[in-house]
Amino acid sequence: MLRGKSLLEPMDLTVEEMEEIFSIADDIMSDPGKYIHCADGRLMATLFYEPSTRTRFSFEAAMHRLGGSVIGFSEPNSSSASKGESISDTVRTVECYSDIIVMRHPKEGAPRVAAESCKIPVINAGDGGHQHPTQTLTDLMTIKKYKNRLDNLTIGVCGDLMFGRTVHSLIKAMSRYKNIRLKLISPKELVIPDYVRKEVLVKNGVEFEEVRRMEEVLPQLDVLYMTRVQRERFFNEDDYIRLKDTYILDTDKMKLAKDDMIIMHPLPRVNEIAKEVDRDPRAHYFHQVKIGMYVRMGLIYSLLGLEV
Amino acid sequence: MVVVDSIKKGIVIDHIHAGRGMRLLNYLDINVENETVAIIMNAISRKNGRKDIIKIENIIDIDLTVVGLIDPGATVNIIEDHVITKKLKPALPARVENVIKCRNPRCVTSVEDGIPNVFILTDAENQEYRCEYCDEIVSMLKD
Repeated sequence: MLRGKSLLEPMDLTVEEMEEIFSIADDIMSDPGKYIHCADGRLMATLFYEPSTRTRFSFEAAMHRLGGSVIGFSEPNSSSASKGESISDTVRTVECYSDIIVMRHPKEGAPRVAAESCKIPVINAGDGGHQHPTQTLTDLMTIKKYKNRLDNLTIGVCGDLMFGRTVHSLIKAMSRYKNIRLKLISPKELVIPDYVRKEVLVKNGVEFEEVRRMEEVLPQLDVLYMTRVQRERFFNEDDYIRLKDTYILDTDKMKLAKDDMIIMHPLPRVNEIAKEVDRDPRAHYFHQVKIGMYVRMGLIYSLLGLEV
Repeated sequence: MVVVDSIKKGIVIDHIHAGRGMRLLNYLDINVENETVAIIMNAISRKNGRKDIIKIENIIDIDLTVVGLIDPGATVNIIEDHVITKKLKPALPARVENVIKCRNPRCVTSVEDGIPNVFILTDAENQEYRCEYCDEIVSMLKD
């Protein structure tokens, strides 16, 4: 039963609950008209303490397409946070107006504080370099759609694996499926955090390999998940400049990949995937965006206990 | 040979791993300016070769969780009228609240007042704990 639950990290949902959300999202995709008024009179609050285009629009579009309304702020300077209000006070106030809260925050664990402070569902829309569970729902549904399975896959995850919250959430979620082989491609300065290596990969016996060069593993991959080196996560600009161009996927490198490999990216990209790759039929990152909206519709529908 | 008087009432924390005594005292948050405290470092131990010992006079209610966290091998003797009335052996705690402070500068506990610093034991062998909010791992053996 998903009604009333919060989603703070991917493991808050069982595999079966994820399947339930995918199945609703599939149904919405095939018959969106059926769901157009199911959230009439419901209000979603979007508390975005950090800039976002894709995720915020995706949530807002999802709620509007279900017939609901949206209130919120898209940067902290336009909220009481700029006056020093605590997260818990803001959330307790917003709870009085709305049925569900979507929060993005630069501090890791902020959505957990929000969920502990109120009784309505809280969705983590990204907390610092920590977790981004709705991107993971999007990623899993994209893999399922284009690879027809979520097990028996060799997945390359490339770029900023240290601060990449989409990566941490994806690895956590994939660790529950059988025969997953992960190729973790990153510079040594941006390897996965200890808790992901020990608590997720080692503890669950997931086969993984950490490599420095993309070309080493590209021919083996079923999925290549590219990420951006995120300027906003660095305390030192020099480190960012030194590392930002480490991996660039171009048409030459794509010649090494399988014909049916899929390329994914949580977006936005900077230069890690050359524009020319967009024309490659294996590029699915813009399809991911569309799937993201439907999967968020399925999630909101489930957490609010809506009916058609 | 260092001679430290026996105490009438208080606590003796014995069998502390050599080198961990000062750290344990810091974590116990005893006001060393007002209390009578003796710390013996590198004392000879029949069991471990060397050990640290802490004696605290007139206080018998310390946070045993902290002792278990810093050194699960230590023993706590409660002394009343010069006699050991209780001998305790605190275990490594499964969860600690407001003992360890999260050092991840991106953790929400660094900015939000009024929330506890909660750490969960994830690896007993390496004495590793995970921050409940940001998942940062700390090893009590190293820190």
